[in-house]
Amino acid sequence: MLEIRNIHKTFNPGTINEKVALNGVNITLQEGDFVTIIGGNGAGKSTTLNAIAGVWPVDDGSITIDGVDVTGLPEHKRAKYLGRVFQDPMTGTAATMQIDENLAMAARRGKKRTLHWAVTSKEREHYRELLKQLDLGLEDRMTSKVGLLSGGQRQAITLLMATLQKPKLLLLDEHTAALDPKTAAKVLSLTDKIIAENNLTAMMVTHNMKDALAHGNRLIMMHEGHVLLDIGADEKKLLTVEDLLQKFEEVSGEQFASDKALLG
Amino acid sequence: MLMSYFASLNPVNLVNALPSNVAQGLIWGVMALGLFITFRLLDFADLTVDGSMATGGAVTVVLTTNGWNIWAAILVATLAGICAGFVTGLFHTKLGIPPILSGILTQIALYSINLHIIGSANKALPVDKYNLILTSRNIPHAILMGFLFCSVLIAIMYWYFGTEQGSAIRATGCNPSMSKAQGINIKNMELIALCLSNGMVAMSGGLLSQYQGFADVNMGRGAIVIGLAAIIIGEVIGDAILGKHMNFIGRLSFVALGGVIYYIVIGIVIWLKMPSNDLKLFTAIIVAIFLAVPYLRAQSKNSFRKAAKRGAITLASNDTGKED
Repeated sequence: MLEIRNIHKTFNPGTINEKVALNGVNITLQEGDFVTIIGGNGAGKSTTLNAIAGVWPVDDGSITIDGVDVTGLPEHKRAKYLGRVFQDPMTGTAATMQIDENLAMAARRGKKRTLHWAVTSKEREHYRELLKQLDLGLEDRMTSKVGLLSGGQRQAITLLMATLQKPKLLLLDEHTAALDPKTAAKVLSLTDKIIAENNLTAMMVTHNMKDALAHGNRLIMMHEGHVLLDIGADEKKLLTVEDLLQKFEEVSGEQFASDKALLG
Repeated sequence: MLMSYFASLNPVNLVNALPSNVAQGLIWGVMALGLFITFRLLDFADLTVDGSMATGGAVTVVLTTNGWNIWAAILVATLAGICAGFVTGLFHTKLGIPPILSGILTQIALYSINLHIIGSANKALPVDKYNLILTSRNIPHAILMGFLFCSVLIAIMYWYFGTEQGSAIRATGCNPSMSKAQGINIKNMELIALCLSNGMVAMSGGLLSQYQGFADVNMGRGAIVIGLAAIIIGEVIGDAILGKHMNFIGRLSFVALGGVIYYIVIGIVIWLKMPSNDLKLFTAIIVAIFLAVPYLRAQSKNSFRKAAKRGAITLASNDTGKED
């Protein structure tokens, strides 16, 4: 479904701020894989997701989604293959637009924007059903502006938007990091439910090792711009946070430097 | 002396001037509706309008005096405005020039282009010789036509910004990252919005040149400030009247109405015998006041001074509590 071959990215090359963000990343995902990605700050987790989404072009290497080489496609042209949820709840939705308008915008991802109505009444009925399943009372507020909603509600809507039209690949970039623990847990279980129901292929970046172990069927640990560990389903089931830390130290020869990952 | 000043003010003059203020206000309402697209929906402060307003007037007058039908002339004027918006869009999206600077560059370029179109600094459009859409000779008719133009444009805008493409423009203005993630080509949306906006501004310039009976290369100078005044006055008053019931069509209507209110206020200022040289100064003051009102109102609900008073009351009640 996804094949990333040897991608490199250096930010601000030739300047004092030069930063090698991706240094030969190779990842292959099968259809239906749900992989969690962990690593310290600056390991290249979010950068990998941004490279797949085409936020900027990579310096070297190739990215293929479902057999299509997307390496040369700009962000808005890749969007038809991808569903994305961001760390900041403000990023994924248009605050001054209504809930139903936001959903309708996502339903037309990758299609030409015509002069037909942006939201049809038939769609509204469909959205009402989907919003009801979120169990947040949003089905009665479809014409409310998204800016009036809480961070958790906005993330739930972004998740719905990302999967309204089944994406080839769902990219979740620390999408619960800005939420309080209770809301984060709710959004995570919603994520699991949506991925399972639609049999989606997904990548989830997280800082939280427990979440990384509890969700998905594969785990990737990144370090200094490359993949350090790639753990399959069978091994992952038996793994604990302590095992992960030990593995990290074995392979990298360093201490894992994020308290957040341990405490979370 | 003060008495003689007040005695010299004749209320009849004010009432007599009112209809022509309304007519001019509606013409500027068309301009404000165009500016609304970039300023509010796209979040792009587009200074092109000072140039495209004059372009609209120049094209209309030159074509009409060359024997063109007035409707064909204003259509071409609108197309000229669309081209001006397109150039600003190219500066911004293809050459990476910041929004305000892109607009200023086009505006400056248009000054020369407008001189070429007119052939001199200004050109008369004799009202009696041509069959015009509106003139200041027949003010009730001008008000009617101004009202029709605003109404039709509001209806078209209401429809367009409810379509997939119009929503994509609104989303681009609200959240570019989200728009890209949803597959919207935000550069194209910016281009389309700038074209539509400047087309409407040029149309307004075409109407204004007919109303005043001439086109002048300087007729658009300060247009952006008058347009902003109309938008902001309209929105402040609209919010005060409609409050939570404000919807898109209401907002557009109040923007057009904002142009009328602005010209009525200007009419009052002229009636008060303020020197006409100071009109632009006065315009700037009005816009500053209306821009400040929403901010100051929010501040007054949320000020440290009031927090200090509430804090002092809390402290005082605690102190008395201890003594008891």
